[in-house]
Amino acid sequence: MTQPVLRVAHLYPRLMNIYGDRGNVLCLRHRCEARGIDFELTELSIGDRFDAAAHDLIFAGGAQDREQRAVVDDLLATKAAAIREAVEADVALLAVCGAYQLFGRFYRDATGAELPGAGVFDLYTEHPGEGAKRCIGNIVIEWRSPFGSQTIVGFENHGGRTRLGAGAQPLGRVRTGSGNNGEDGTEGAVYRNAIGTYIHGSLLPKNPALADHVIALALRRRHGDIALAPIDDRAELRAHAAAVRLRA
Amino acid sequence: MDKRTIAAVIAGKAAGNASRLLGRGGGTAIAGLVAERFDPRIVAHLTAQAGAGAICVTGTNGKTTTSLMLSRIAAAAGLLPLHNRSGSNLMRGVAAMLVEEASFSGAIPDAARRLAILEVDEATLPQIMRAMTPRAIVFTNLFRDQLDRYGEVDTVAQSWERAIAANAAGATATGDPGVHVHAPLRDDGETVLVLNADDPAVAHLGRAARGRVLYYGIEDAIAGGAEGEHASDFRTCLDCAVELAYSATFYGHLGHWRCPSCGTARPKPDVRLDRVTLTDNSAALDITLPDGAEMSIVLPMAGLYNAYNALAAVAGAIALGLPRDAAANALAGFSAAFGRQERFSVGGRDVQVLLGKNPTGLNQVLRTIAARPGEKRILFLLNDGIADGRDISWIWDADYEIVVPRTVWTLAAGTRAEDLALRLKYGGFGDDVPVEHETAAALRRALLATPSGETLYVVPTYTAMLEVRELLAKQGGGKRFWEDA
Repeated sequence: MTQPVLRVAHLYPRLMNIYGDRGNVLCLRHRCEARGIDFELTELSIGDRFDAAAHDLIFAGGAQDREQRAVVDDLLATKAAAIREAVEADVALLAVCGAYQLFGRFYRDATGAELPGAGVFDLYTEHPGEGAKRCIGNIVIEWRSPFGSQTIVGFENHGGRTRLGAGAQPLGRVRTGSGNNGEDGTEGAVYRNAIGTYIHGSLLPKNPALADHVIALALRRRHGDIALAPIDDRAELRAHAAAVRLRA
Repeated sequence: MDKRTIAAVIAGKAAGNASRLLGRGGGTAIAGLVAERFDPRIVAHLTAQAGAGAICVTGTNGKTTTSLMLSRIAAAAGLLPLHNRSGSNLMRGVAAMLVEEASFSGAIPDAARRLAILEVDEATLPQIMRAMTPRAIVFTNLFRDQLDRYGEVDTVAQSWERAIAANAAGATATGDPGVHVHAPLRDDGETVLVLNADDPAVAHLGRAARGRVLYYGIEDAIAGGAEGEHASDFRTCLDCAVELAYSATFYGHLGHWRCPSCGTARPKPDVRLDRVTLTDNSAALDITLPDGAEMSIVLPMAGLYNAYNALAAVAGAIALGLPRDAAANALAGFSAAFGRQERFSVGGRDVQVLLGKNPTGLNQVLRTIAARPGEKRILFLLNDGIADGRDISWIWDADYEIVVPRTVWTLAAGTRAEDLALRLKYGGFGDDVPVEHETAAALRRALLATPSGETLYVVPTYTAMLEVRELLAKQGGGKRFWEDA
């Protein structure tokens, strides 16, 4: 049997790196290497073409509005179609915060102007207007994982309100915090092997079950179901448990 | 004197005293809040008395140290600083300091020799600019910090730009003409903007200014060594959103930048740091002033970030027309602001407190510690109070790995100790870094783990720093922060 390898494409690592998204990449690498799974990271930025067949997992993080504007033209011109194609072919995707919004159908900003998205998820995001309260604080959601009901913990900080269409399932239900829009109790989106969420913190290090779920989804297409051996998660679970207890 | 101002001073002093008697710390917030209730324009009314006018210092990192440097320079020049040196930098903190300095009649003693040196929170700057007209504003830098409070870094940059544009349009209210005391050193009533040329977000402010702008920056292109640093906030041009190109990077997004698309580039600095030589406890600076004069200073503080602070302070002093000798002497004899490379002696141990409150600042602190000789024992404290920022995800952007070599003992403490322990695990400090929530208990454990004659490094976030300092002052006989001088 060949040595499994997880090939990750990190989109716009310098432009979309706010809120500790680097922790997610560190976590994926750590959890793969601890299981003897090779980890290959490709950083793709403005102008780089995305090859739908070259990656098992696409990761993109948060950005400010200015960086998001810089990214959106490039995303639509050079990558969006190939990313959609990859997701339809069951490549895994993890999009956090700004990237989550960007991978929806469109984003309507505070002035009402509409920015088209990459259209990976059937969702749209609306900014409720200048002066509206941002959704900021600790967040805990209930996630119906393949391993049973779990919590996902972290921090959210977003102005936009996201609403899911019929083609996307929520990642979980909000226990503490705002989630997608602060109204319908949903947080994040799932479509095939693609996951989008507002939760950073960083997201993956203290949600090790979610991290392993993402790794398993990403490996499945080329390597089948690989049992991920348990690793030392004492520090991870301690941080998770502490975060479950935090106020919003 | 306005009756409201007098009432505000008396009520503010009383509130501050009551708070201190009750043991509620320095009483800096409450005195200011009460005074503002009696006279909403208390800051304008009291600073207007300062004969030498006012200078503000704002930005993400370096405010406290830069304003303390300016305060020492002013003192060396024979002026009496009115300085919110406790780091209480919201409107109420500035008001509290002024109320403490004023007499019961509402007059600032020795008003003619007074220079107001105001450290101002980034988000409070527009409010200060509406309230008064400082002679100069020093902008240090703009990094991600407390994003839960400010929203985005761009929000702060835009609020500064709007405040400066409003100022340039003559929209400033300098207070009631009746109480406006003419400042002898004031030249034209315009505010000089003192801007860090190496920070694209700060340098950009120069374009909104109508008055005089003084840029400062590091020319020495080899001063950097920031490759591999992961915290950078202004990677794209503020005008056309294209990724900036750097011919030199110092740390974070500070460097020699240029937009490859629209051609906007780092302005040529007026106050230039031509050469900087760092040792583990000092920084030798060769500075060129706007008239070509040269100034060499050995600053007794480590770290490139302190070289920036000194450069900003020199530029601020130049903007005010303070004597150069005063600047050179004050900086050569400078000692740390509270919690910033501050040292305590506890039972023969050298305890050094280095505030680390955002990724860029923390990376500089970690580099400073790594450059020190000997074994390292490090107590990290991560709190998520309002003043720290409630979002602690920034720890994943800081490069804790820098200090792993020669670190023999580590404790993760603070209200978010578990998150910190996990980050340290990833940093290579071990799979099971011990955790402690209580600051006092954490400090006790750290002191126990540090033999006499050895150094303990304490790296806290803001509120943890205040707690640690208070505890150390009790044990080491040091001073409490509001008595700091």
